[in-house]
Amino acid sequence: MNDTRKTSGLSGILGRIWLVLTFVVMAYGFYVAMTAPTEATMGNLYRVFFYHFPHTILSFVFPYLNCVASLLYLWWRPRNIERANAADAFALASAELTVLYASVGLATGMLWGRAAWGIWWTWDARLTTYLLLWLSYVSYLLVRRFAAPGQTAVISAALAVFAALDIPICYMSIRWWRTQHPAPVFGGGADSGIDPSMYPAVLWNLAAWAMWGALILGVRYVVERRRQRIAAARALGYLEGDLAINTHLHQEATR
Amino acid sequence: MNYTRIVWAHLRKDLRLEWRTKDSLNGMLFFSLLVVVVFAMAFDPTAFPTIARQISGGLLGVAVLFSAMTALNQSWARELNNHVLDAHRLSPAPASALFVGKALANFIFVMVVELVLAPVFTLFYNLHPLGQPWKLLIILPLGTWALVVNGTFFAVLSLRTRNRETLLPLVLLPISMPALLGLIQATTAVLTGEFEPTLWIKVLVAYVIVFTTACVLLFDTVLVGD
Repeated sequence: MNDTRKTSGLSGILGRIWLVLTFVVMAYGFYVAMTAPTEATMGNLYRVFFYHFPHTILSFVFPYLNCVASLLYLWWRPRNIERANAADAFALASAELTVLYASVGLATGMLWGRAAWGIWWTWDARLTTYLLLWLSYVSYLLVRRFAAPGQTAVISAALAVFAALDIPICYMSIRWWRTQHPAPVFGGGADSGIDPSMYPAVLWNLAAWAMWGALILGVRYVVERRRQRIAAARALGYLEGDLAINTHLHQEATR
Repeated sequence: MNYTRIVWAHLRKDLRLEWRTKDSLNGMLFFSLLVVVVFAMAFDPTAFPTIARQISGGLLGVAVLFSAMTALNQSWARELNNHVLDAHRLSPAPASALFVGKALANFIFVMVVELVLAPVFTLFYNLHPLGQPWKLLIILPLGTWALVVNGTFFAVLSLRTRNRETLLPLVLLPISMPALLGLIQATTAVLTGEFEPTLWIKVLVAYVIVFTTACVLLFDTVLVGD
């Protein structure tokens, strides 16, 4: 017991250092983003890109962390339940982060779209796939909420594997769909390359939001592990309580 | 008993159960008929033949998906009576055979609905396909299997959740979006004759292969997962 306290104290200190570092990088990223040269056509509005880009890129990383954790869960479940529970906690944390980052990505993307193309939304390949990614992981979180206790992990692990398989197929099919009927509004766009003067702002913000994501992921993981431990202890407590009552009744009956 | 015979046993049992009650088939048929009528309220298909051709593929796909969803929950709920599902869990037969049998049964039911629905669509919406209608014989089974195989898998997942009727569409719709898109686009290609459905048939084939494999591999884990 003492050992776990020591490590959690150490990880707490490391976590605080990490938090401070993240804030420093975030602040510097903000400074670089705001002082980067103004873009020729969009003016200052383009600065939302420095927040849109890291969030979207990272929201494609977390689903695959989620998928790997889910596969590990399925692998460890019959072998090592403690590790399996850890994998499940990690899967939950990364799914929540996917939804969080994808929501921010969608919102900033809409702001960008409104400024760049004059519309909030278009059913273009990337946007549609991205929306489907968001929908898939919201449904994952809903499943976790609805599933009967004790079943949650298996059901959601299976769903996570399906969702991760679905995203590439979805992206390819929608791209073919839209190349057959090109959307007129979509031209140029963010991926036609950026000016070298913008690189520092992009990279600093990417680093900042990756650090922030890792921190939240860690915190969420620890919280979920704690919840699992409390639930297990409570279940054990009930069992012991039952046992005590049963022995008591048994003694009463034999008396 | 080898694998095929176990699958056949499961399939025969499901077909016999359905033949005796006809619950899912009747429900699905009437439901999809209602969907056709409701969509006809939304726009007048006979007045705009070109638009009717362009969107009937989508309407057919949506009608099939929605009606399949009403049957999918029932197909597993049946196994809950008298704890049959627990018996399946204990049985030494491969669990994936149960899944394949059940998915095949659902596939046959939905295909029957489509066979009835297609002429109804043609009549009510005054359709004259401009492409090659025989291609529908490839597209519809592929698309149906793509929807049903995932539907059957997620129905057994949602069996063990609260409010399972709500959960199935929430999970199934985002995952089956590429299949739905492929089915709709290929059908539209045949109806309008504006482009070739080959690409979409390939998408459907890829989807079917990937997800049938995933379902068969994961089903064992999910069925026994307690």
